[in-house]
Amino acid sequence: MISSIIFALLLLGASAYFTINVRNIRRNILLGKDIPLADNKGERLKTMLLVALGQQKMFSRPIPAILHLFLYTAFIITQIELIEIIVDGISGSHRIFRESLGGLYTFAISFIEILSVLAFIGTIAFLARRNLLKVPRLVMNELNGWPKLDANFILLGELTLICFIFMMNGADEVLYSKGISHATNLNDGSLGLSISKHIGPLLFGSMSDNGLHLVERIGWWGHILIVFGFLNYLPFSKHLHIVLGFPNTYFSNLKPKGEFTTLDAVTDVVAPNFDPAYVAKTDPNNPVRFGVKDVQDLTWKNLMDAYSCTECGRCTSSCPQNITGKALSPRKIMMDTRDRLEEVGKNIDKNKGTFVDDGKSLIGDYIKHEEIWACNTCNACVQECPVNIDPLAIIVEIRRYLVMEESNTRPELNNMFSNIENNGAPWQFSQADRANWVNEQ
Amino acid sequence: MSTIKVPTMAEMIAAGETPEILFWVGCSGSFDDRAKKITKAIVRILNHVNIKFAILGSEEGCTGDPAKRAGNEFLYQMQAMQNITVMNGYNVKKIVTGCPHCFNTIKNEYPALGGNYEVVHHTQLVQELIDQGKLKVQGGEFKGKKIVFHDPCYLGRANDVYEAPRNVIEKLDVELAEMKRSKAKGLCCGAGGAQMFKEAEKGTKEVNTERAEEALALNPDVIAVGCPFCNTMMTDGVKHFNKEDKTKVLDVAELIANANDL
Repeated sequence: MISSIIFALLLLGASAYFTINVRNIRRNILLGKDIPLADNKGERLKTMLLVALGQQKMFSRPIPAILHLFLYTAFIITQIELIEIIVDGISGSHRIFRESLGGLYTFAISFIEILSVLAFIGTIAFLARRNLLKVPRLVMNELNGWPKLDANFILLGELTLICFIFMMNGADEVLYSKGISHATNLNDGSLGLSISKHIGPLLFGSMSDNGLHLVERIGWWGHILIVFGFLNYLPFSKHLHIVLGFPNTYFSNLKPKGEFTTLDAVTDVVAPNFDPAYVAKTDPNNPVRFGVKDVQDLTWKNLMDAYSCTECGRCTSSCPQNITGKALSPRKIMMDTRDRLEEVGKNIDKNKGTFVDDGKSLIGDYIKHEEIWACNTCNACVQECPVNIDPLAIIVEIRRYLVMEESNTRPELNNMFSNIENNGAPWQFSQADRANWVNEQ
Repeated sequence: MSTIKVPTMAEMIAAGETPEILFWVGCSGSFDDRAKKITKAIVRILNHVNIKFAILGSEEGCTGDPAKRAGNEFLYQMQAMQNITVMNGYNVKKIVTGCPHCFNTIKNEYPALGGNYEVVHHTQLVQELIDQGKLKVQGGEFKGKKIVFHDPCYLGRANDVYEAPRNVIEKLDVELAEMKRSKAKGLCCGAGGAQMFKEAEKGTKEVNTERAEEALALNPDVIAVGCPFCNTMMTDGVKHFNKEDKTKVLDVAELIANANDL
């Protein structure tokens, strides 16, 4: 009875705290400018099913893809078991669905156990890739400090979680075979759990009845406490991708990657020169900033991108400029955007709902000019991202701000601009000579 | 090599004719000495199959691509609207470009400003001509040679065109080799995003050196490209490794035109 009350309170507390933090993140994302992405529902759903649920883009790198698949499927399928744990926790029952589901129950939990073993192997491999093998994209400077710690926390948490699962199930197998498990005895001698029926007796076979009950309870409570802890760690971690990967792929850019956005505010200035009857698309009384200086100038999709990033670094490892030692790292662009957005969000919290200028901005204080001007706009980062994040969109918007609001660009680019303006070509050739090649030998 | 025939749109209209397709030459193809050879190769192909085409000549201006990629949306839209005004005035329906950057900009970005055309890259047009039986190609001097194709970002990833240039090259009866980083995983030559017009930012290596190194590791006779800017970057990269005698950098259009004495 008391444990049921404790459980219910923990469940309520964990859900409430999670809800508060999710609402904060939602509020932060909606600080971004509106962008219409409600079209093409069918294609969007298909993209989400393929890219997020189906892990489509992960498989361009098969080894991490398979390891990730172990963790991912284990995570998804374990949610079934979680339902029973929550029902048991509240009602005080034990393995409540075993009797009614019969063979299906044994199959489901056994399947989860096998996936848990695979996830255990995957997690060890991931820890090794980060800390022993030092895969280049996982040990870059931009990950020093919290990002590396964050990644290792999650992996160690997953290992502990799996250990608790096998303590819980392993001890229960022994208890059941002795006829003293709290699960309804169906006189079948074993719970029939694929892994635990073997390792349970091996690990806990020689323990006393009290010891077994204790191990089982530690496993059960440890497991659910990590689940609650994990849930509430998510909003503060790069690991949020397990949730946001789905909406983020749903709202993917469905246009060709080469198509950059057209700024209506610019069209409103340029078009009347060509068409006197042109009707403005934006409100002239509400002047907008050209491009992006700070996170509030980005769209909500750019900001969702930032929260969806799990810092895997596939983008950076495929960036031609990063490969050749330049400061640009698309992953850092996303991390900077998220960090600045978090800072802006805290500023708003502190100042009762309004942002008070802190003299900082995304460009300059977080992202350096040499990162922005290094980009080849080659879309390699966009192509690589397993959850369809678009770092290039942010880079181009910052370029627009620097050029059109600050005239702060590289001098050679200014030369190129004036050449185009004066001669209709990026070089100093006269437009009148454009067809001279026809008669040249 | 016969003399080339290149009418301008203005000349054609004056003669009461309507061209089937507009050949968008681009700044590089108009002014860069190396790229002019690619332009002429495309013209030789068009002449050979007797397509009624025209260029805009001095009425053509930069599409605005480098300005847009560099963040100057004002300049881009000025250029775009000038070009759209000219092309709509001529009632242009179909365009072939000699450059993936022009291709991408006119195809994807001009519609928002009132320019709606069917746009193909020259490798797509060549494939179309071969498929329709209008252009018969042989390997000629390239028969049996090892050719590696470098994907231009603005043809490949930007527009998902990977097969047309490869299909055309394979018609030459050559050994088509692939770099590890090819198609969707292709590595940029280093020119895109207006980098062509500025010094590289501080780093440890030039992008074109990195890419040329990867291509040269396959020891090819030809590095085939589909973009005048890739051509410049890869040519410089090959020179960096002193391999210009062994490995040529040629556009797909040049491969076709040279192999078939067009």
